[in-house]
Order: sequence, then C-alpha cells, then structure tokens
Amino acid sequence: MITKRSARLRHVLVGLVGAVAIAAGSVAAQAANKELKIGFVGVTSGPAAAWGISNVRSMQARAAWINETGGVKIGGTTYDVNIVTFDDQKDPKRAIAGMEKMAQEGIHYVVGPNVDDGAAAVRPVAERNGIIYFPYAFPKALYTKPASNAVLGMVANYQSGPAIYTYLKDKKGVKTVAFIAANESDPLSQRDGGVAAAKALGLKVVSDSVTYQVDTTDFTPVITPVIKTRPDLLVLSGVAPANAPQIIRSARELGFQGLISTETAQDATVLREGAGSLADGFISVGGASTPEIASDAMKEFVARYTKMFGEYNDESNTKVYALEYILETLKANPAAMNDVEAFKTTMDTFSAPNPYMKGDAVLKYVGTSSFGQRRQVAVPLVVNEYRDGKFETLFVAEVD
Amino acid sequence: MEQIIANGLYLGAQYALIALGLTLIFALMNVLNFAHGQLYVIGGFVTYTIYGQLGLPYVVALAATAISLALLGGIIEKFLFRPVIRRSSREESTMLLAAGIAFLLDAIILLVFGEKQRGVPKILNGVLNLDFRLIMPYDRILICGLAIFFITAFILYMQYSKTGRALRALAQDRTAAYLMGVDVERYSMIGFALGAMLAGIVGGLLVTITGVNLGMGGPTSIKAFMMVMIGGAGVISGAIAGGLILGMMESVGLSVFSEYGDVTYLVIFATLMVFLAIRPQGLMGKPWG
Repeated sequence: MITKRSARLRHVLVGLVGAVAIAAGSVAAQAANKELKIGFVGVTSGPAAAWGISNVRSMQARAAWINETGGVKIGGTTYDVNIVTFDDQKDPKRAIAGMEKMAQEGIHYVVGPNVDDGAAAVRPVAERNGIIYFPYAFPKALYTKPASNAVLGMVANYQSGPAIYTYLKDKKGVKTVAFIAANESDPLSQRDGGVAAAKALGLKVVSDSVTYQVDTTDFTPVITPVIKTRPDLLVLSGVAPANAPQIIRSARELGFQGLISTETAQDATVLREGAGSLADGFISVGGASTPEIASDAMKEFVARYTKMFGEYNDESNTKVYALEYILETLKANPAAMNDVEAFKTTMDTFSAPNPYMKGDAVLKYVGTSSFGQRRQVAVPLVVNEYRDGKFETLFVAEVD
Repeated sequence: MEQIIANGLYLGAQYALIALGLTLIFALMNVLNFAHGQLYVIGGFVTYTIYGQLGLPYVVALAATAISLALLGGIIEKFLFRPVIRRSSREESTMLLAAGIAFLLDAIILLVFGEKQRGVPKILNGVLNLDFRLIMPYDRILICGLAIFFITAFILYMQYSKTGRALRALAQDRTAAYLMGVDVERYSMIGFALGAMLAGIVGGLLVTITGVNLGMGGPTSIKAFMMVMIGGAGVISGAIAGGLILGMMESVGLSVFSEYGDVTYLVIFATLMVFLAIRPQGLMGKPWG
C-alpha cells in the first residue's frame, strides 16, 4: 500500500517538475525577445466590419510570420511584434477612445482608422500623445501641414481616379460617365473627387446625384435611374465590397453593357459569389497579389493568412503594407522607437526594397504632390480587372 | 411606371414575409424581438452553406434553413425569453434581452461565417424584358412568387390548423387561452419558432438575389418594425399591408427622388411620423392593443 502511494507521489512530483520545467522554458523563450506593440484602431464589427477585419488580420498574419522567424531586429535588439487591437465600430467617439487606449499602453505607431470621420477625430489625441497613425481615409487636411502625424495607408481616389479614367478614355473610348455612391462621408467625398477628375479630363458626367443607404440590399430600384442615362462608364464611388457585386448584378440585369469601375479594393471571391460572370470586366484598385506582379513573399503572406484565418481577403493586398512600413522605418532609424519626430525625419529619406512585388519596387514615403509633404505610403497603384473569378492586372502606376 | 410597380411588388412581398414573423412574436408574447433581423441573416447563411458551399439542391437548403431556424427560435424562447418573462413583468426586460440576443447573434455570425458578403449561384437564369419598359430577372419573379406562396401558406395554417387556432387564441387573450386549456408555454415556443422560421425563410430566399452579410441584421429589424408600425402591431394582415406599402413607397421614392440624392427614407420616415401622430395604432391595429 505504502509502496503504491509512494509510486503515485513520485509520479505526481515528476509531473509537477516537468510542468514547471516546461513553464520555465516557455517563459525563457518568451523573454528572449522584447515586445514591440503596434496598435490598430478600426472597425471590426457591424456592417462595415470587412474594412477593418482584412486590415487587422493582415497585421496579425504578418506579425505571426515575423515572430515565428525570430522577430524583428531594430537597433541591435530583437522584438516580437504584438498587435494591440481596438474595435471603433466606425464611431468617431470610439475611435478617440481607442487612440487614447493606445496612448495609455505607450504605443507610438497605430494603423487605422478606416474611415474619414474616425481619422479626423483621432488627430488631436495622436498629436498630443506622440502617435503616428496610418489611416485609410482620404481628407487632405489630415496629411497637409500643420498636420504631420497621419500617413495615408493607401492610394487615394483623387490619385487613382484620374489614372483609371485616362486609361479608359484612351483605351476603351469612354466619353460619358455616371457616378453612384453610398450616402456616407467617405463615398460622397470620393464621388465628388471622381466627378471633378472626370470633368477635368473632358468626360461628360451624365449622372452624379443618385445615392443609396449603406444598408441597402436591393439595388435594382436605386440603379434604374442611373442606367437610363446610358453612360459608357459607371463608377461605384467608394463602394464597399459587400455592395459591389449587388450593384453590378442589378446593373447588368437591367441591361447595362458599359464599363463599371471603382477606386476601392475588392475581393474576387465576393464578386464571384455575388455576381458571377456578370462581374467580368469590373475594374477596381488592388495591391500586389496578382500573379503578374506578386513576389514569393506576397505568395507566402497569402498562404499564411489563409492558413491562419481560413480564407484570404483580396483587400489585404493593399493593407499588408502599413505594418511593413512602420517596422522598416524603425529599422532605418531605431531612435524612432520612442520618438515620433525621429520617425518623421526619417520618412523624408527612407527607402527599402518592396518585399511584396517582383522587380525593383521600393518602399518609400510619397505624397509631395498631393499633400506638400511625404505623408503617404508608396503602395503600388495596381488597377485590376475582374475576370473568370480572379483579378488580372490592367496596369500598374505610381503615386508621387 | 411598370418597372416601379414591379419593383414595389417584389420588395413588398419580401418585406411582408419579414414582418409576419415579427408581428407574430409580438402578438403572442408582447415581445419586441430586436434580433429578428439577425435570424434573417442566419437563415441566409444556412442556405448559403447548404446550397452555395455543399452544393445540395436549393429546395433542400431552404427546408433545412426553415427547420434550423425554427429550432433556434424554440431554443431562444425556451431558455432566454421564458425565464425572463416568468421572473419580470416589466416590458423593458424582454426588450433588453432581445437587444442582447441581437448583439450575441451578430458576434456568433461573425465568428462562424466571417465578415465577407456571401452569395450563391443564381437559381434561375434569364431576364424578362418587355421592350425595356419592364425588366425583371426570372429569379426575382420566382422569389416573389415563393414569398407570396409562403405568406398564403402561413395565413391558411393560422386559420385552419389546430396550432394556428391555439396561437390566435393566445394572441387575443393569453389568460383566457390558458383557462380554456391551451398550453401557453408550449404554444409560445411554437409561435416564436414559427416567427424565427419565417425570418429564416426570407433570408434563404433573398440570399439568392441580394446575398447576405453580417451587417444586414440591424437594418432588417428596423424595416420590419416600420412595417409593423404601419400595419398595426400584432395584426397579421397589418404586417402584410405594411410590407407592401413600404415596398411600394421605397420603389416610388427611389425613382421620383433620384435627382435629389438619398431622400427616399427621409420622406418615408417623415410620412410615418405624421401617420403615427394621426393613427398611432397603425392601419389595422386596435387602439387598446
């Protein structure tokens, strides 16, 4: 009896020692690298969740990849990247609370918010607390002096629109254009920018007043008056990926045979499921995952993202970049770890190879033409055409 | 004009079916089910999974959607609403519970089905085109027909079946129905399940046309409440009338006011406010409830 009890006790003790050893090992492994917190403040719930989820998942997939391969080395110290997230529910008040949370956690670099009003609302908090943030919002006031803490994380519609319209005018003979937008600040401002760009190029705008509620589910009644104007090109200004296939489908079913385009990023699976072959020829802005330009690193990113979350989102083609820019800039100037002024100084001269594109593309800060200072990441302006369930690159351009 | 009427009828048939489930639950239990839109979204996702992903026939997917949503509705009534109604006589308790369930279902939808818009292959190809005066894809016509079929079946079921009679008795006077031997708890659960099933069926029908995403729940609930307010809360015929009126107003408004931007719902809401000020019980509701 005593022997049995002793044996059981010995087993328990061995188990405990083993568990302690594993725990200690784990702590030691974690303690090997310091932690670098990067924030995300954006919308990850509700009707616009798709905007922010593709954003934050891009960051999480990239951070996991970096951490798995030993971390990121900045100024002789190796860090594991920890993404701290905050769901602002597309509410400017919540976005402010999110940015304040980032400040309390001592975070100096934040990706987001995803929309115009949120990005404008967080500006005072970011400037007061020494935070550089990378919004996906287009108001120029965020990026022009005296503002200096916001860095546009993508190509703005007033940059991509003229390039797309010029291409379609020259190559496809487009002469008339109609615009439709959701009744929200982002799509409306994008529509106004698009209308101005189209007019400047000599295109005739035949309809620009039709708008729809963001929660519209049936677009046939909405789009009918626009189709009656028979434009050569129908522009879906600032269209959400959830709405694009439905609008395309309604337009095609109503007999529209012209071109359809947008200046926002879309997802091929969503288009295929929602509109099928009716979406063939749809033109949108993408990132760098099309076979023609994607590097091996981009392919691995897509594979890792898919493995981590079950399904890739093509919107992430553009959203993979912000974290890369933050880390590469910090590597270029380690003093910027806790000093955003050093980060700003580095932005003027920063240059690093673009890991996601084939060829000699580089990461650099641009925006001099649009904002008078380098406050935009140089995401390649990749214009895609959807066909047979996938995107094909129509042309690639650069933003200065 | 033909196009506007056709769009209005199509929208109205869908809306009426959505409102039926909501008004049934209200009539039976005096519960404002803010999660009705989320049940509609789950219905869409179930059909998407079975028809769009697994490739089973659409009829099977629709039947499975109806059954699964009825089960979900029954579970929600039995384990969430029933204990709250038993313990609290305050109406706001069930309202808060319904709102909480809506948030919970939204979170579950996001976790299970993801953030993306989802769609399924068309169930019918081709478009009816009458010299561009009226353009209507055949699948819309079919879905409209199915919605009218389900509305008719629901009315007949309520009118002539034993369960329907019990539910109507419950809606008219809960206490009297109990005293007459109606198993109030059982029929409350059946009624809630039926309401959830109707929401799921609409989701299953419309996923073939509009697709589905997790953000559709809240706006669908709001529209359903508008229809119920127009027609009269707790009145079956009122829900149908409310749905048809809202569908027609939306179709006419989007055509007439297209030049002035997105003012259709502004006009609808303003009209609704004036209407409710004059007739707060709705078209067919009774002033005493």
